[in-house]
Amino acid sequence: MSETYTLYNPTVMEHFMNPRNMGDLKDADGVGEVGAAACGDIMKISLKIKDGKIEDARFKTFGCGSAIASSSMATELIKGRTIAEAMDFTNQEVVDALGGLPPVKIHCSVLAEEALKAALEDYVKRHPEAVEAHSKGEPVAA
Amino acid sequence: MRHVFLDHQSSTPVRPEVFDAMKPFFTEAFGNPSSLHQYGLRVRDALKQARQQMAALIKADSEEEIFFTSDGTESANLAIKGVAYANERKGKHLVVSATEHPSVMNSVEFLEKQGWTCTRVGVDREGIINLEELAAAITPQTVLVAVHHVNHDIGSIQPMREVGKICAEQGVPLYVDCEASAGWLPIDVKEFGAALVSFSPHRFYGPKGVGVLYRNKRARIVSMMHGGVQEGGRRAGTENVPAIVGGGLAAEISVTELPQRMAHTAQLQARLWAGLKAKVSYIKLNGPEPGPKRISTNLNLSTEFIEGEGQLLLCDLNGIAVASGSSCVSKSLKVSHVLSAIGLDHALAQGNIIMTLGMMNTEEDVDYTVETFAKIATKLRGMSPMWDEFERGLIDSVIAPTGRGKSFSQHAAEVSGKPAHA
Repeated sequence: MSETYTLYNPTVMEHFMNPRNMGDLKDADGVGEVGAAACGDIMKISLKIKDGKIEDARFKTFGCGSAIASSSMATELIKGRTIAEAMDFTNQEVVDALGGLPPVKIHCSVLAEEALKAALEDYVKRHPEAVEAHSKGEPVAA
Repeated sequence: MRHVFLDHQSSTPVRPEVFDAMKPFFTEAFGNPSSLHQYGLRVRDALKQARQQMAALIKADSEEEIFFTSDGTESANLAIKGVAYANERKGKHLVVSATEHPSVMNSVEFLEKQGWTCTRVGVDREGIINLEELAAAITPQTVLVAVHHVNHDIGSIQPMREVGKICAEQGVPLYVDCEASAGWLPIDVKEFGAALVSFSPHRFYGPKGVGVLYRNKRARIVSMMHGGVQEGGRRAGTENVPAIVGGGLAAEISVTELPQRMAHTAQLQARLWAGLKAKVSYIKLNGPEPGPKRISTNLNLSTEFIEGEGQLLLCDLNGIAVASGSSCVSKSLKVSHVLSAIGLDHALAQGNIIMTLGMMNTEEDVDYTVETFAKIATKLRGMSPMWDEFERGLIDSVIAPTGRGKSFSQHAAEVSGKPAHA
């Protein structure tokens, strides 16, 4: 075969083949691990948070190509965001940044959003004082 | 990059001599076999020859028992629904094995919505049908028993002679789906005691677009496709003549080549499984061990702590074409019903890969696959939270339990809020 055909678009394939931010963070400030009951995939996101901002993010994923690409893209997108900004993060951002996902795979991006939110919740639980100091009085969790 | 096609269960390339035999029937011998002039009569003779070739492949008595359809799915639909509707007044009960192909399962489900009932007979952990359960499932209302010869996912060979005996004793026609075995294992319709058998030539180096249904006088069927009086009135519609001619030749070649095919694939199957077992930790073969209970072309594997679609994609990027029964690969997000029927833990079903061998595969292909697959497993495990949690003793292996940590399924249910695939 001379041509190469791919199941997903080039951006998704690229993030699947060369995932960004793959791994765990030593001394993470927040860790979230969620599973999708629909398909059985599991995603874990670890965050390093400093001065109310996401300084670093890592993921580990047990799942299909689009689940791996979604978690790779989600960790890319949220780095540098404040906690409040990250709390507003939606799966649509992942879908858009990846240039679209097949309809049956949209739930992979939802899983990435859920893993991120779970990591933020873990951070809030562990560091209530930091949240208050940097949220400028605005509610953090939706 | 080496290209290794390990998905012969999905399809096979048309043999050059088969392709050559088909060509005239696109151009000069284009007649409709129902026509009564020279153009039609020439093609009619060609169809007769193909029927004889198909009959010989399954040791049927007469070519008159062979009907052509569009593919294996249509043959299965015609066998199940055709018999059910023909015997409506006798009874509205069917018996099928729990691991039949979707073309059988979904035909049965359709009939259930129309008022039929169906008993699904269980299989053991190797996917072999429970014969006592089968015998007990048949009632005076049963009009058809469907048990496939070989399972399309896990390669289990069913005890057809015993199944046929049970059906004969109870006087119920038996339909045997031979889609996964035709061209790769000997088939004898009389030895099976089969009233109906289906298969399709694209699984044994013939073209797509043609399916075969064998039916002997023991089974009454009504037509599902209505129109002209083609195929003895059992299947209306102009026959796909080039595909039928090519399929017939592919069947004839299969008869002579069968011993080499079985020997070649059995040798590669043993080498592939031995290699994977040695190079990949926490890997399991689903279905029977290679040997008399498993078709020589199939390996169905579960590699723990990683998911099947990722394995499939990375295999493909390395030139290796494989299939998977994982939920992520299916469009319905459900794991293969075959893997559920053999009681496979859902964590293992999730990491499922199916490799099916053929004549073009070589020992070098197998060695390359083993080496590449080991690297893929390592890469995906490096990305998997489950592998890390297993190594830290938080969750346990299903394949080789250490006694540390909770089960994968329990963990998955906890992080997802409810059991997966519930």
